[in-house]
Amino acid sequence: MTTLTLALAQINTRLGDVAANLDKHVAWAADARSRGADLILFPELSLTGYMLQDLASSVALRPTPDQPTLRRLLQASRELDIVAGFVEQDEAHRLFISSAYLSLGEIVHIHRKLYLPTYGLFQDGRFFGLGSTARAFPTRFGRMGLLICEDFWHVSPPYVLWLDGAELLLCASASPGRGLQPEGELESARWVESISHAYAQLFSVFVAQTNRVGLEDGLTFWGGASVHAPDGRRRAQGPYFEEALTLAEVDLSEVARVRGRLPLLRDERPDLIVRELDRLQRSGPA
Amino acid sequence: MTPPAPSLEIDPELARRILTDFIRTEIQRAGFARGVVALSGGVDSALACVLAAEALGPQNVLALRLPSRTSPPDSLEDAEAVIRATGVLARTFPISDAAEPLMHSVPEADRVRRGNILARLRMIVLYDQSAEFGGLVVGTGNKTEVLLGYTTLYGDSACALNPLGDLYKTQVRQLARHVGVPQAILAKAPSADLWPGQTDEGELGFTYADVDRLLYLLIDERRTPEEAVAAGFQRSFIEAVLERIRRSQYKRMQPPIAKLSNRTIGYDFLYMRDWGT
Repeated sequence: MTTLTLALAQINTRLGDVAANLDKHVAWAADARSRGADLILFPELSLTGYMLQDLASSVALRPTPDQPTLRRLLQASRELDIVAGFVEQDEAHRLFISSAYLSLGEIVHIHRKLYLPTYGLFQDGRFFGLGSTARAFPTRFGRMGLLICEDFWHVSPPYVLWLDGAELLLCASASPGRGLQPEGELESARWVESISHAYAQLFSVFVAQTNRVGLEDGLTFWGGASVHAPDGRRRAQGPYFEEALTLAEVDLSEVARVRGRLPLLRDERPDLIVRELDRLQRSGPA
Repeated sequence: MTPPAPSLEIDPELARRILTDFIRTEIQRAGFARGVVALSGGVDSALACVLAAEALGPQNVLALRLPSRTSPPDSLEDAEAVIRATGVLARTFPISDAAEPLMHSVPEADRVRRGNILARLRMIVLYDQSAEFGGLVVGTGNKTEVLLGYTTLYGDSACALNPLGDLYKTQVRQLARHVGVPQAILAKAPSADLWPGQTDEGELGFTYADVDRLLYLLIDERRTPEEAVAAGFQRSFIEAVLERIRRSQYKRMQPPIAKLSNRTIGYDFLYMRDWGT
């Protein structure tokens, strides 16, 4: 089965109120299923809210099947696959910004955010630890890669997931709007849309991204979920600033067709990249 | 290299959308549905009033006119035009009767001290009326005056939320024009109304048009003073503005707490205001 209906959930969240956010996840997942969705993608930290600061430890969870919040989501994942964002606590009590891919009652994959921004308004690196792996993973539809917000602003994680065989990149964001321009979109919205478009073309993959809406103090999250196809065309676009469930039909066999005529992955030279990166690591720019 | 001429232009409809969402959401999350605005007859408070009326519904906004005996009469009329245009509720409280005993007790006070007394009396009435009305105080301070410290601490700067604090005065004017603030208000010289004949630009010694372009370069674009010189600004002007910003940093912060414990408010006790909502 390579065709799926993807549901991009751009929700508002309650800051630090996991119970309320969990109820919303379950309700939106049921709604998405009733509209024919096979997979619902929730934004970064969708179970907790974004600017947690000192709330981080009190909303953290250990991702085990019997953890109560996760158990309810795993139950819902028997109906459709779910990607949800949460604060993960490991055995050593370290905290991570994570997103989990859940399917048929199982935890298929957990991604820990790799790049924690601390510039401008961001404080992620102050409160959370760095994830250390970028891995594609098999799903019942095909091979996917999961990234969280800032991971996607760096070219390396999508590049690695591409080489690791991902055909659909899922990106979960909590992107505060900034950069009011004379006309049109916010600078942050324009940026995410242009890199989604670029990655879809550069890596011949589907790129689906969703971003939350609502406010936290003076920060406004802009929504604007989108899906880009391997030919670079936009297949779906959610509204700005309001909650919405945006559906998109995705046929992963398109990846093979595009790569057949444009074999960028076949011709990619990871050996060259490894050699040059190794040189740069050892001795810096020549 | 000469930086390009800064564009202070904004998409006014997008700004309106974000700011009305901000006013509505942040007031509701605090458990309220209503807002109170001190309406001076100037462009900042006119814009704040229009946005609050759009965000909350005019029946949920109370506009307060707080004139002193030295306020120009057209201020009241201009405020009245905003009240009529928006349909908000309104009350007028002349503040001179309350101010005078205090002024008599400090005859040596110069006009700045007297002006600050007026600004803080307005704040007292505003907060008292916000309790009576059951609404939060919507601020009117713009980015230019906040950066320059051209405000009275605990006076006109006092508010529960500030929708205009990331808009330079030039941008406030653009947005005010877009949302239909009356022409008479857009056209007149900005004034803090702290003594007769006072104008902001007269007191500051430069125009908003100039200082906004400079602030945009230095703050938003993070340009160096040398780059601002290359862009055509006088070095003395740049230095005076930078010094104003530095000296007024205290007005933009909560008073510092001396750290003693392992966990101190402001340093390592960190929560958003919207915590739990």
